[in-house]
Amino acid sequence: MSLTLDDVKRIAHLARIEVDAKEAAQVLGQLSGIFALIGEMQAVDTDGVEPMSHAQDLMLRLREDAVTEVDQHTAFQAIAPQVEADLYLVPKVIE
Amino acid sequence: MLNYTIRQLTAELAAKRVSSVEVAEFFLKRINTLGKALNAFISVDEEKTLAAAAAADRLIAAGKAGPLTGVPVAHKDIFCANGWKTTCGSKMLANFIAPYDAHVIEQFNAAGSVIAGKTNMDEFAMGSSNETSFFGPVRNPWNTETVPGGSSGGSAAAVAARLTPVATGTDTGGSIRQPAALTGICGLKPTYGVVSRYGMIAFASSLDQAGPFAKTAEDLALMLNAMAGFDARDSTSLQREGEDYTRDLVKPLAGLRVGLPREFFAEGMAPDVAKAIDEAIAQYKKLGCEMVEVSLPNMKLSVPVYYVLAPAEASSNLSRFDGVRYGHRAPEYSDLIDMYNKSRAQGFGAEVKRRILIGTYVLSHGYYDAYYIKAQKLRRLIAQDFTEAFKQCDVILGPTSPGTAFKIGEKSGDPVQMYLSDIYTIAVNLAGLPGMSLPCGFDSAKLPVGLQLIGNYFGEAKMLNVAHQYQLATDWHQRMPQGS
Repeated sequence: MSLTLDDVKRIAHLARIEVDAKEAAQVLGQLSGIFALIGEMQAVDTDGVEPMSHAQDLMLRLREDAVTEVDQHTAFQAIAPQVEADLYLVPKVIE
Repeated sequence: MLNYTIRQLTAELAAKRVSSVEVAEFFLKRINTLGKALNAFISVDEEKTLAAAAAADRLIAAGKAGPLTGVPVAHKDIFCANGWKTTCGSKMLANFIAPYDAHVIEQFNAAGSVIAGKTNMDEFAMGSSNETSFFGPVRNPWNTETVPGGSSGGSAAAVAARLTPVATGTDTGGSIRQPAALTGICGLKPTYGVVSRYGMIAFASSLDQAGPFAKTAEDLALMLNAMAGFDARDSTSLQREGEDYTRDLVKPLAGLRVGLPREFFAEGMAPDVAKAIDEAIAQYKKLGCEMVEVSLPNMKLSVPVYYVLAPAEASSNLSRFDGVRYGHRAPEYSDLIDMYNKSRAQGFGAEVKRRILIGTYVLSHGYYDAYYIKAQKLRRLIAQDFTEAFKQCDVILGPTSPGTAFKIGEKSGDPVQMYLSDIYTIAVNLAGLPGMSLPCGFDSAKLPVGLQLIGNYFGEAKMLNVAHQYQLATDWHQRMPQGS
């Protein structure tokens, strides 16, 4: 399969990364090369193989459903781009 | 002091022949001169470093010193260190002051070591040459026209140029072992889950693992003693008994079965690298090891598999950088979506964007099974190859990298060529095994060659034993770059 310029624009939107027309053409060229490399995977039969998501095949640990974090909002909000009244500010989303 | 190992340095400190403050001043001076020329550090904070050194001196005076007390450690700028700028090599985090310590930082602080500074790295650890850093490329001290490898290039260059006795790094597809090889030092990636990822900025969470850089295998063992251990804050941290990684260093190697994977030696290695590896094999035979040919038939697929899985995980992990809670926010935007789009377009560099886009694509509707699930299935086959190989041998040996340090700019225009330079290291991350690199010679351009050892799960102590015995018989690890 080969990628198209529309694919690049679609995934850039999904990834929330602005890509202008010139960049999109450049990215298309690079991604096509990378997907040619990735395509080598299809040569191997993997029917019946269980997907491996974790190096040790362990179950993720569960813990008590209890509050463990202490309130550090002052420290965390000190590094936020825009804060007011202990709230993170974003552009208006609801009219 | 320049070439002291950890044990030599702490012996001098214990005997009061030198203070930790004097040690810190000695290395800070090098960081501020040579280090600047190499661009090895992103952040240096003399006040903090000297305060930590003074605290270490008080511990030593009180007779409370441990094996790492007073030892300067440079940390890859991927580890959050409270009050330190922690950039991950990105414009996105160029002004991010970490509000807490990573587990690895906590462990070194508790051991009384001294943060020497935060080292330069490929942006978000995505790169094999340290050229993707927002803060500019790091130069290899053996030849400043060449790259130090990556992504932990600053840490590797810093240890190689003796700007710090030891350093930390992270390895997702070879980011500790490859730069260690290209700069002529030692670096170790532990078994996945041995070192907590808490406070380590995430790239590909099922592969990321922190580890040490040093001049010798013995120093790596001492550092791993401090870094390893269970931490409930990392959901994949393993609950295991503590180990002393120095315990097997002195064991003789007679009778040890060393596996040589056919696929590592088939093609692709530069002739000078092949020659140095052959000489290392001859040395191991002299030490009484038995060479066994093994096979890793699916290894050639590790690069394509990695470039599906790592970008998939990265696209998910890096979705947190939205310009809202921390990191870069675009100065101008029309609405919320536009703010995300512009903040991320401005904050991330080209390689990071490329990987986010690959990851987004392979996880998207209609492609998930063909790419992501397919890659996870192949990951199992790659891991099973190692399980089979370890039935015939105790440790696997081969090159770390197909070539030596390449010129700055040589591969940066061609992502696929750059990705293929990690052909020997990536499979180890996919399987979750421990691996290390140690220096074993030089090419005709006097650039270092790295020897890779791969251990079975939790085989770090064995691997360090194999490396230490080699270093008792050879002196490659004592060579240092001229001009340093």
